[in-house]
Amino acid sequence: MTLPAVSTRNDYLFTTEAISAWGLLRLREQLEDGLPLTPRPYQTLAERVGLTEQEVMSAISQWQQQGLIKRLGLVVKHRTLGYQANAMVVWNVPDHRVCELGKALAAVPFVTLCYQRPRRLPDWPYNLFCMIHGVTRERVLQQLASLIEDHQLQETTHAVLFSSKAYLQRGGRYVSHC
Amino acid sequence: MILDATDRQLINLYQRELPVCERPYEEMSRQLGIGEEDVIERLQSLQEQQVLSRVGPVFEHSKAGASLLAAVAAPDDQIDLVAAQINCAPGVNHNYAREHTYNLWFVMTAADEDTLQERLDELEHQLALPMLRLPMIEGYHIDLSFDIDWEALP
Repeated sequence: MTLPAVSTRNDYLFTTEAISAWGLLRLREQLEDGLPLTPRPYQTLAERVGLTEQEVMSAISQWQQQGLIKRLGLVVKHRTLGYQANAMVVWNVPDHRVCELGKALAAVPFVTLCYQRPRRLPDWPYNLFCMIHGVTRERVLQQLASLIEDHQLQETTHAVLFSSKAYLQRGGRYVSHC
Repeated sequence: MILDATDRQLINLYQRELPVCERPYEEMSRQLGIGEEDVIERLQSLQEQQVLSRVGPVFEHSKAGASLLAAVAAPDDQIDLVAAQINCAPGVNHNYAREHTYNLWFVMTAADEDTLQERLDELEHQLALPMLRLPMIEGYHIDLSFDIDWEALP
């Protein structure tokens, strides 16, 4: 069979050599919409993409082991549940401290995401991002105050960007045409 | 949004490690002490109520392809319109209004870096607004599957 042209980036698609590469690509595309809610979801996927149920399950397990799939489970829309106060807090941290501080903030229980991104001067001086998902704005601001206190961030320039509206929230589309 | 104890337990137990076996919902139903059909109906209903965006894998963005956080400063009276244009752009999967001069924040994904940059260029041109492009340099905590604090919810 002729394999579709791929970039080196997608090499891991073909580690299960016996399985049709095209079927695997279609499987990834299908998975971007989530698992079907049928009694045998992997069988349903298999029928859609032309693989066997066993092949689908072993591909998914392999992708989990390789870290391509970082988790398999229920993806929650926190805002619907009542987490209405979601703050993206951004900091301008000296470059030599960003890693240490990033790890420290990531370990704080109420910090739900934390990463380093580039500054874009002059408009955007911030290089460390963390997210706090909370129920009320007051509570989130209290948590932020404790964060500043605990990590001696009083002198660190920061901004708090509460989200006021979600226009779109869905899974990433890497394979699907969208 | 008030969920019953079983729905809460379903969410508590299965934000990660959903079983990979022939009948995963049946295995989950045994954990929860309810029927397989009940698990499926609950998942359907939670998706319809927008409590869940989906049941399924979250791909690691650095291995799955290219992805980038971007922001634009939309004029306040046009924010809904600009947001709608962003939502229509290929590969956009998150789009939020935030309280800042840069008031629209979105994530775009693509199969590879070149495609991503082309799409961003095209969107930037279409919006006629300067765009902040903020790729992730290092992730310290990038998994949004935290334990829900049910008691704190309204």
